[in-house]
Amino acid sequence: MSTHSNSKIEWPLWEIFVRSKQGLDHKHVGSLHAADAAMAIENARDVYTRRMEGISIWAVESKNIHASNPDEAGSLYDPANDKAYRHPTFYDLPNEVEYM
Amino acid sequence: MRLNICNGTQKFMLNKIEFLLHLADNALIIGHRSSEWCAHGPVLEQDIAISNIALDYIGQARNFYQYAALRLNELPPESSVFNLPATEDTLAYLRDANDFKNHLITELPNGDWAFTTLRIFFFSSYQYFLYQQLIQHEDAQIAAIAEKSLKEVTYHLRWSSDWVIRLGDGTTESYQRMNTAINALWPYTQELFQENNFLQPAKNILAQIQIDWNEKIKNVFEEAGLPLPEKSIQHKGGTQGFHTEHLPIILTEMQLLQRAYPNCEW
Repeated sequence: MSTHSNSKIEWPLWEIFVRSKQGLDHKHVGSLHAADAAMAIENARDVYTRRMEGISIWAVESKNIHASNPDEAGSLYDPANDKAYRHPTFYDLPNEVEYM
Repeated sequence: MRLNICNGTQKFMLNKIEFLLHLADNALIIGHRSSEWCAHGPVLEQDIAISNIALDYIGQARNFYQYAALRLNELPPESSVFNLPATEDTLAYLRDANDFKNHLITELPNGDWAFTTLRIFFFSSYQYFLYQQLIQHEDAQIAAIAEKSLKEVTYHLRWSSDWVIRLGDGTTESYQRMNTAINALWPYTQELFQENNFLQPAKNILAQIQIDWNEKIKNVFEEAGLPLPEKSIQHKGGTQGFHTEHLPIILTEMQLLQRAYPNCEW
């Protein structure tokens, strides 16, 4: 469609992780386009932290994320289904431990 | 707004009010210009970035207008020809172009992305060094607004410096556009350091701000591979109410609702 293909080269895609509080983990919040890592972090600041959502940002270029194959979900995850003994629910907790 | 001067204390206060209006007008007008990019940004992420910056500016303008209104309302009514009580809204929406005290650089039309980011770079460099001085202002309220705003301005400066460097050190076209923007904007830069009545108390700090500003521009231009312009003709008069033809056009749009439906609320 476009005859100006040169000017329409898309910036690479970045995955953005934001930590909302000291001590918590960075959580994936979404993705955005940016020309490089510095711009990705600035864009993330403007797009994902404008309502006080975070105090730290990680940006990872999307092409560097390796994902499991959804077609293999059956063999990868289903076998865990009937292994209830892997949950730490078979212990008697002393009453003194209030929050577990 | 013409203010009639009565005695020494009031004269001091009127100077301060004019200074506050000047700070507020600068922030409001460049904020309005920045807001014109909303939904027109070159990419979604930058559209949000410049809209955030616009909101920062409008927030600063509100703080200065609110404080100016507070001080105005303390004056005896006969010392002011302005409609009292003043509010942030009456100051923003019911003053005419020749009452506005903003620098001319804030009111020029946006042009392209190079012009827009370079303008914010020139202006936020100035605001950055100005607010650093105002943090020590003897008026605690001015100092507090400056301190709050400085964090925002620090980011504006970082964001706009990045763009000046990216475009200057980018493609032939982006370099060309940045160069064109420099030549168009340079004649509006020296007004930032010009003294006038209400800046009299700030006389000494303006010289220092200019030195810091020159240094900042030089460093960023060097990194961007951009030439520093030769001396050029310099436009002045904004702080005295002598504006370009662009300001009345902004005000017409910005003030339409309050002018057409006075005191309307929604």
